[in-house]
Amino acid sequence: MAEKYTPGTHPDLPPPKNLVGPAAWIRDNLFSGPVNSIMTLFCLYLLWVIVPPLVNWLFLNADWIGTSRDDCSKEGACWVFIDVWMRQLMYGRYPAEEIWRINLSYILVVLTALPLFFKAVPSKVKGALAGVLLIVYPIVFFYLYVGGSFGLEFVETPRWGGLFLTLVIAVTGIVASLPLGIVLALGRRSEMPVVKSLCVVFIEFWRGIPLITVLFMASVMFPLFVPEDLSPDKLVRALVGVALFSSAYMAEVIRGGLQAIPKGQYEAAAAMGLSYWKSMLLVILPQALKMVIPGIVNTFIGLFKDTTLVLIIGLFDLLGMAQAAATNTDWLGFTIEGYVFAAFGFFVFCFAMSRYSQRLERALDTGHK
Amino acid sequence: MSEQQKREMSDETVIRLVGMHKWYGDFHVLKDINLDVKRGERIVICGPSGSGKSTMIRCINRLEEHQQGQIIIEDTELTNDVKNIEEVRREVGMCFQHFNLFPHLTILDNLTLAPIWVRKMPKKEAEELAMHYLERVKIPEQADKYPGQLSGGQQQRVAIARSLCMKPNIMLFDEPTSALDPEMIAEVLDVMVTLAEEGMTMLCVTHEMGFARKVADRVIFMDGGEIIEENTPEPFFNNPQNERTQLFLSQILNH
Ligand SMILES: Nc1ncnc2c1ncn2[C@@H]1O[C@H](COP(=O)(O)OP(=O)(O)O)[C@@H](O)[C@H]1O
Ligand SMILES: [Mg+2]
Repeated sequence: MAEKYTPGTHPDLPPPKNLVGPAAWIRDNLFSGPVNSIMTLFCLYLLWVIVPPLVNWLFLNADWIGTSRDDCSKEGACWVFIDVWMRQLMYGRYPAEEIWRINLSYILVVLTALPLFFKAVPSKVKGALAGVLLIVYPIVFFYLYVGGSFGLEFVETPRWGGLFLTLVIAVTGIVASLPLGIVLALGRRSEMPVVKSLCVVFIEFWRGIPLITVLFMASVMFPLFVPEDLSPDKLVRALVGVALFSSAYMAEVIRGGLQAIPKGQYEAAAAMGLSYWKSMLLVILPQALKMVIPGIVNTFIGLFKDTTLVLIIGLFDLLGMAQAAATNTDWLGFTIEGYVFAAFGFFVFCFAMSRYSQRLERALDTGHK
Repeated sequence: MSEQQKREMSDETVIRLVGMHKWYGDFHVLKDINLDVKRGERIVICGPSGSGKSTMIRCINRLEEHQQGQIIIEDTELTNDVKNIEEVRREVGMCFQHFNLFPHLTILDNLTLAPIWVRKMPKKEAEELAMHYLERVKIPEQADKYPGQLSGGQQQRVAIARSLCMKPNIMLFDEPTSALDPEMIAEVLDVMVTLAEEGMTMLCVTHEMGFARKVADRVIFMDGGEIIEENTPEPFFNNPQNERTQLFLSQILNH
């Protein structure tokens, strides 16, 4: 049994053997008692019932190659449908010979964003790249997508669609809502009554109405009050609506972070002579934003999925395009494949955002508290 | 020239409080405070909890606003003028009970932040300055760590070094050792004693009576928002005049 040591000479011992290893893990986590064991077995049974048919439908019985519905056996999923409509699902009715413009922008974004994931890249370079991503590219891509200048063919926005449109709306919303949200959150905590009231009214107004209403008003009511030739493009109106809507949510998330920063941080920053804006930018916001990364990403993910609502104002995003394809007379009845594919598309992006946020949280952890 | 002579030569008043009052709502927290501090003077402020010690020294760098009377710091009167306040704060360093280091920045970045952004010092120069002060407080090896990785005593020494990087003319301390474990109090007091011996103008709220005896030129006792008694350390501790001072001293010295 346990050896006796004279006080002060006790060595560091390894942990007892039966507490580690896979067998111990399974026993501790899956079969630690009768209730736990029954639950484990029940879950295994459920998996056995659900997974094989699902795999059969999705992969084993599915049809992958062909050009029309006759190439599909109907025993599994008909991915031929997705294949035939791929271009529309990705780019909407954007002219085929102009699609390189969109692909070019994707490649540029990936190449610019890639170095941000490597520790070895100096933070100065990272800052510059982030600036390019957030400020330069939105402007460049606007001209690239719309065309009509620099020798590019003009592509009117009603032809934009599919995943491309989803990304345009979501990214615009995301890029615009963060800075707007920060300003609104700071404004709401301001000691100047006018600034504060304006921000409160703005936030409460946009948070109080459903996004559908915002989009509907932007596309249907706006033209009633503003003459046709003065009113901006329908997509632009939707973009502005989405950005303002999500900035109100973002503001409240960020305000939560600002409130969680101890008063001492504000005081220490002030006591060393930093002005209001410098103490916010250098001391308070870095901490507050880091603290609410989960909330910020939550808002981003919500926004990303809410873009599907633009269907009601006649814009066809990824989901809208999938639905539209399934109502084509040659392809009636392939709604399930369309929805599954759209769901997969949304999941990939939302899951990536979620993973990235966790990565960011770990990278920014400074062992505080 | 000895430190003593230096102090006598620069016999100018750097902090002057004249008939200063402050209220929190209806609560009269500071009542008719009058205080002159000369350059190089070391003042210790003590008194029971809630007597207004923190509020008073926080008025000096306008973390709190006073409502009546005057506060003059080196010829600048504290008013609502923002420019004015930022200028004064550059010259007045402050250390807090809970250190208030910036947890998202390394120790070095904590120290260089204000020199770079307030004094517009080049980064390299600011880092040299920061390392100089980290050596002064005897923890240069911690420069690349984050505040969360340091002990309380080390954090408070970093906080002092951070204030010193702004080359302040005046240092305010608000109970700098009250949040520390006993074995860490000495290391912080050591730094403060060195600072005092170098002739820094200091206002310290503290209950470390050993420190007060050793370095203070004057000890001030506050109670109920008023300055009750004010004297040099020897008579203050050995022969307090006011009843409340006697009671307070007997409580903290005999616990
Ligand atoms: N922000 C505030 N609002 C209202 N009352 C306050 C505030 N800060 C401090 N007080 C009150 O003012 C009095 C003096 O506080 P303080 O200066 O912190 O005392 P001390 O530092 O001497 O312990 C206390 O009674 C405290 O409750
Ligand atoms: Mg206090």
